[in-house]
Amino acid sequence: MSAAKNINISLQIWRQKNSKEKGKMETYKLNDVSTASSFLEMLDQLNEQLVNERKEPVAFDHDCREGICGMCSLYINGRAHGPDTGITTCQLHMRMFNDGDTIVIEPWRSAAFPVIKDLIVDRTSFDRIQQAGGFVSVNTSGNTIDANATPIPKEDADKAFEAAACIGCGACVATCKNGSAMLFVGAKVSQYALLPQGRVEATARVLNMVRQMDEEGFGNCTNTGACEIECPKGISLENIARMNREFLSASLK
Amino acid sequence: MKLDSKIPEGHISQKWTDYKDHLKLVAPNNRPKIDIIVVGTGLAGASAAASFAEMGYNVKAFCYQDSPRRAHSIAAQGGINAAKNYQNDGDSTFRLFYDTIKGGDYRAREANVHRLAEVSGNIIDQCVAQGVPFARDYGGLLDNRSFGGTQVQRTFYAAGQTGQQLLLGAYSSLSRQIGLGRVDMYNRHEMLELVKVDGKARGIIARNLITGEIERHSAHAVIIASGGYGNVYFLSTNAMGSNVTAGWKIHKQGALFANPCYVQIHPTCIPVHGTNQSKLTLMSESLRNSGRIWVPKKKEDAEAIRAGKLKPTQIAEEDRDYYLERRYPAFGNLVPRDVASRAAKERCDAGFGIEANDTNEGVYLDFSTEIQNKGKQTAYAKGNHNPSQEEITTLGKAWLEEKYGNLFTMYQKITDENPYETPMKIYPAVHYTMGGVWVDYNLQSTIPGCFVAGEANFSDHGANRLGASALMQGLADGYFVLPYTVSNYLADDIRTGKISTDLPEFVEAEKSVKDSINKFLSNNGTKSVDHFHKRLGNIMWNKVGMGRNEQGLKEAIEEIAALKEEFFKDVYVPGNADELNPELEKALRVADFIELGQLMAIDGLQRKESCGGHFREEYQDAEGETLRDDENFKFVGAWEYKGYDIKNEELHKEELKYEFIKIAARNYK
Repeated sequence: MSAAKNINISLQIWRQKNSKEKGKMETYKLNDVSTASSFLEMLDQLNEQLVNERKEPVAFDHDCREGICGMCSLYINGRAHGPDTGITTCQLHMRMFNDGDTIVIEPWRSAAFPVIKDLIVDRTSFDRIQQAGGFVSVNTSGNTIDANATPIPKEDADKAFEAAACIGCGACVATCKNGSAMLFVGAKVSQYALLPQGRVEATARVLNMVRQMDEEGFGNCTNTGACEIECPKGISLENIARMNREFLSASLK
Repeated sequence: MKLDSKIPEGHISQKWTDYKDHLKLVAPNNRPKIDIIVVGTGLAGASAAASFAEMGYNVKAFCYQDSPRRAHSIAAQGGINAAKNYQNDGDSTFRLFYDTIKGGDYRAREANVHRLAEVSGNIIDQCVAQGVPFARDYGGLLDNRSFGGTQVQRTFYAAGQTGQQLLLGAYSSLSRQIGLGRVDMYNRHEMLELVKVDGKARGIIARNLITGEIERHSAHAVIIASGGYGNVYFLSTNAMGSNVTAGWKIHKQGALFANPCYVQIHPTCIPVHGTNQSKLTLMSESLRNSGRIWVPKKKEDAEAIRAGKLKPTQIAEEDRDYYLERRYPAFGNLVPRDVASRAAKERCDAGFGIEANDTNEGVYLDFSTEIQNKGKQTAYAKGNHNPSQEEITTLGKAWLEEKYGNLFTMYQKITDENPYETPMKIYPAVHYTMGGVWVDYNLQSTIPGCFVAGEANFSDHGANRLGASALMQGLADGYFVLPYTVSNYLADDIRTGKISTDLPEFVEAEKSVKDSINKFLSNNGTKSVDHFHKRLGNIMWNKVGMGRNEQGLKEAIEEIAALKEEFFKDVYVPGNADELNPELEKALRVADFIELGQLMAIDGLQRKESCGGHFREEYQDAEGETLRDDENFKFVGAWEYKGYDIKNEELHKEELKYEFIKIAARNYK
């Protein structure tokens, strides 16, 4: 492990009061940042400095800070979740940066994710896509068959799990030049398509979810693959292919 | 006030069944006349909201996150218990019940815990039916593993993301109901007050966190499922936004707060790295199935490691102290969490800690033995009976990656060390709170119509939580308990009609919320909210932490009282009320944490015994094990709010009766 040290950095951060007003980049200097700190801890440090100067702190989304809730969402030096792969912003550490660096921080940039304030965007479009069909229609009574009554091949279960690992952070949309949500929706469609429990309503599911995705204003997929590269959970492009197959066969029914 | 737990009569195995048979019902055609509010959308809240909507009630659900899918249940890693006995290792409802009561150090209610064990199997069936992708074996059947404090394999899991998959299952059910228009979902909203009308819970005051608007919402019943209060310590494994506000507000309105001193310190977290740290990260307890915990036997080796002169891999096998295996041969590395945590503290306090920071706190979790064992096993399974050392290591690492890959990656990202090559460094951290709002068997608080579920209530874990049991409780409460007990309560409300939000009680509650917000924003203070939160955390960790004593607790009570005065006088909250204002959100939450922190110390002081997560240094045996006092402290300590000065809170005791389990000393040797 490289020993932690302190660095001085310069930050360019998108400030926007609310969804109606125009935003602009602001520059801040921040000294004595430990390279063992996480990126969000660095922002905490900046905000502490701003509060002490009686200035308004920078608003950003975050919660679990262990890479699983999907709430953090920064575009750092032109990359979703910053200059490392397979991680969320909360898992990015300052050891990735050097003394004297200038770091540019922006919110997710996509028409379907409007800015609420500073670095916080509205991702409820993802919820609405899920509400359109991302579920199995089973009553919550517990009066179902025994869990082992339907064996599922390990390979299918593993694939379904890999698709289900999506945390809904929106990095795929933010990084896509078309603002497409197909990696997210593909993952959801795949999870249920791969499991026997979800097959019964597979046709309606894929049609409804894709319709909702289009209504939300997400762009189309042109197979650039940037989403897969920036996905913190390594969700595979295979899921988009599977969704397309599901969609095609559903459309032909 | 007399506490009535409403535990039904009859044999333990029949109580819940008989009770359900006699609860009142609300007919399907009457359910649309009734409104229910659910605060919090983690496992307990989302499953409850989905279930009530499914039944036909009108549901309003609230969460402070941008989506219900982000509730902190999502971060649970290891698994969920169920007495399915799929592995034929002798598991049963009784055994799960017994292990949980014992793990709770005989400070949980028998009837509640038995009910939990009874419905555990249904939870798995329900989740699989919802498409939760649990791990499976090659025959296509569900796989299991074991967890701390048990000797059977009853834990169902989805790699190290079980909480995520279960929450997404509950979220998908909730989403289905939102899509159907049966649940109104209020994202980015925070409940700031409970509204009582004629003594009954009839609504809440919530703040829209985006616009700052203060909203009134009425209902015939209010369910609080807002999680735990671990963030009292500032540093914990809880999500940054996890707070006690909903629970504390209802406490101030008359709901008793039970056993606040019971806090679980989880043994396997990544140690603190420095003063700017905001958060601690848990490494799943499931790793203890494969990892061996040790510190150097010789102090000079520990010193050399801390100084960076020795690597752990350079310490010979005979110079390692596998202290859990040494002290607790029957359970070894799988002893319950409180036992493992204290054992780590004991070694570090004695000077054997290995972390190179000012605390020197840290022990090793080593996977090298497992790499060898599993590597050999896999080679043999592939027909290679003479594998080279290199082949064994490669196969062993691949086995670990399949089982725990995401956890290893997470560890590496945070610490910059590769746990396949060098042992993980771990140390205990605040994780789960067993105390919470007092509820009866119906999960109803002492306020009629106000129910509390999941980690927010106190009921099922006793003094200590075993692994893989919190997910179980959240879903049991939401899917299988509240639908019955809340319906029973609501059966009297089918003629009540809509509750008006113009009632004077709503006007008054809204005014008090607005007043407290304005007070913060107009306060001419000088210090940030975090400044106070960190100071509170320091007091709590040092004096109400892993080990407590009378003097420390008394000091903590006074120090927190002084901190409270200073906080209200000197906190500076920037921004305005009518906009997204994270500093204001934090200020409102920290005000509640400070008061609760004081109550935690008060509760710890009165409990003159050691049990589970509550370790009073004065009460231990010669070997440093906990000394419980069943004669004097076999009760739930439930506190009644008595105004601004927390020291005036009044203690009520609910005696715990053990009719079906014989109380014994908890021994894991």
